[in-house]
Amino acid sequence: MISQPLSRKPVSRRVFLKASGGVLAGTLAFASGPIALLAPSRSWAMSLDHLTSRQGEVLLAMTRKLFPHADLEDAVYALVVKSLDGKAADTATAEQISSGVSELDDQADGDWLALGDDERLAVLQSMAGTPFFELVRGDAVVSLYNNPLAFAHFGYEGEKGNPGYLSQGFNDLTWLPDPPQPEAGYLPFEEPSA
Amino acid sequence: MTMTDDQKTFALDDDSVVVVIGSGAGGGTLANELAQQGVDVVVLEAGKLHTAADFLADEWGAFSQLSWLDPRTTSGSWRLATDFPNLPAWIVKSVGGTTVHWAGASLRFQPHEFQALTHYGEVAGAELLDWPLSYDDLAPWYDRAEQRMGVTRTNDNKGLPGNNNFKVMYAGAQNLGYSCNTGHMAINSTVRDGRAACQQRGFCFQGCKMQAKWSTLYTELPAGIATGHMELRPESHVARIEHDDQGRVNAVVYFDADGNELRQRARVVAVAGNSIETPRLLLNSASDRFPDGLANGAGHVGRHYMRHMTGSVYATFDEPVHMYRGTTMAGIIPDESYHDRERGFVGGYEMETLSLGLPFMAAFFNPGAWGPDFTQAMDQYDHMAGMWLVGEDMPQATNRITLNSDVVDRFGLPVANVHYDDHDNDIAMRQHAYAQGRALYESVGARDVYEVPPYPSTHNLGTCRMSERPEDGVCNGHGQSHEIDNLFISDGSQFTTSGAENPTLTIVSLALRQAEFIGQQMREGVI
Repeated sequence: MISQPLSRKPVSRRVFLKASGGVLAGTLAFASGPIALLAPSRSWAMSLDHLTSRQGEVLLAMTRKLFPHADLEDAVYALVVKSLDGKAADTATAEQISSGVSELDDQADGDWLALGDDERLAVLQSMAGTPFFELVRGDAVVSLYNNPLAFAHFGYEGEKGNPGYLSQGFNDLTWLPDPPQPEAGYLPFEEPSA
Repeated sequence: MTMTDDQKTFALDDDSVVVVIGSGAGGGTLANELAQQGVDVVVLEAGKLHTAADFLADEWGAFSQLSWLDPRTTSGSWRLATDFPNLPAWIVKSVGGTTVHWAGASLRFQPHEFQALTHYGEVAGAELLDWPLSYDDLAPWYDRAEQRMGVTRTNDNKGLPGNNNFKVMYAGAQNLGYSCNTGHMAINSTVRDGRAACQQRGFCFQGCKMQAKWSTLYTELPAGIATGHMELRPESHVARIEHDDQGRVNAVVYFDADGNELRQRARVVAVAGNSIETPRLLLNSASDRFPDGLANGAGHVGRHYMRHMTGSVYATFDEPVHMYRGTTMAGIIPDESYHDRERGFVGGYEMETLSLGLPFMAAFFNPGAWGPDFTQAMDQYDHMAGMWLVGEDMPQATNRITLNSDVVDRFGLPVANVHYDDHDNDIAMRQHAYAQGRALYESVGARDVYEVPPYPSTHNLGTCRMSERPEDGVCNGHGQSHEIDNLFISDGSQFTTSGAENPTLTIVSLALRQAEFIGQQMREGVI
């Protein structure tokens, strides 16, 4: 379950010294967006346990191409990398990611990240349906949209606790006329008029 | 302290009990009704006991907690076999069964839907049949079911208040000349039956934490236990049903939570495991005397699998909607549920408000999709309204649950394979329904309209169907198997045809009627 907020810890020396684990870092692009309101600082960093920094960067860029939301922060896409990093604890999955990233690079004269937007997409399209592609797509379609930052960005409020939306906007739409009763029903303490 | 702590218990060798397999709409209701008559009942439920306090307002979290995720396989031309090859159905493995997850829509079948063959005539490729009971036979039981479930807009239960998603549907319905209200819902619109009113939490599918939505979990099951005539055994996965030399069922073999194989003796067995597990169990119970499985002399067990014609339409608007706020499905248009061959298909469909949270919208909007078309829709999530389309589908003999001996569950039992091909009638009806949904939203000024494919099936029906003649089905009009007098089918597997309506109210009504029948038969010593 991908629900933890961004790591705000400074990147420790230990992280850099680990043999395989990399780090992803960035800066929020929108100083006043809903995600900035949740984040205490504009810069963010995320340590990786199994993937290298470069693999993390490629996966983040790949996810951005697969699910392009122009205004969605990299910090949210990074949660997909975090999820894939967790799955890479399994050596077969780690190998699939490693060879998949190599394949992307091979099709881009050695550096897929050096390509322009259209070229990046063309390489990805040529790999659509491969197990590596499906691994990333299948993870991202869950992990990208199942976290509090995405909820804030897309305007999904999730749970409002047991009081629910009854007093918190379940029927606050005003750009259409309110339907009449009895069709539109009654609030719990509202008595139907005869 | 759970509801099972102080319950009456029965010995494994007690051969006077009725064993009910499954605790959902059919099994839970039947068990309580028998217990109310003083009949001793043992309920074997494969799932764990999760109470309302355990429920999670988290789509994926609740899905993991509640869903039936044991392995299944799929085949056929339906899209689910590609998108979700091991998840043909979105149903529950937990005490209370799929009444934990259901949306609460409680619509009666229409009289003509009990006589599909008579009213629709022969449809090529479909094995249409009239039910062995009529609407009038079931009407008094519908009355009782609506009463005990507290269905809104019946029995002086006022309608639920409409949410934002309803407002959009209602405005479109007005434009198209449709009728529309917040529906007949088994969800408390006010405090009732010791349960709270709906608080519009927006998580009907994840288990109702307020217990405002009727579920056997906190109504029928504790009521049955309170009689002292019912024992509920969660985490009891039934492997097979056994019979005596006369061919009457006499025991149920199951695995408990620790994997121990146990054998509960039984006077009567009622199977209510949902329309995939029920036939799987009967097929897995094959014996020398019944080599093709129990109640399968005519070869109909597992056949005629129906899952309703379904689909969704979502539309985006210039102004916000926030469709996820409040009751998931309180908005119903019944105007397309009539039958008229002139539309290019037989039977009809209902249009019902529906919303998914952001995580499930991403997962189910267009499975397998990626790229800007997908993300453009997601970008408009909070400006989106949605509806579900649910209609009659055709009973095809080749749409079928079979045993897949190549794949076994953790007990070594062959899993169910679910084979489904869309019938031309389903396809024609879906296109009609998509077009009407689109027209409805466009009349309200929709920006983009999206036709969304069927989700994993929640309405699984027909695999042990009722029939007047033994050669046409598995059980009679009381759910009693044609072949074995003391073996009953007690869930949606009984449905001869699917009707257009959400099936739960009909399952509960049939269970109430069946309970009276079983009680009478037992008192008379017939079974």
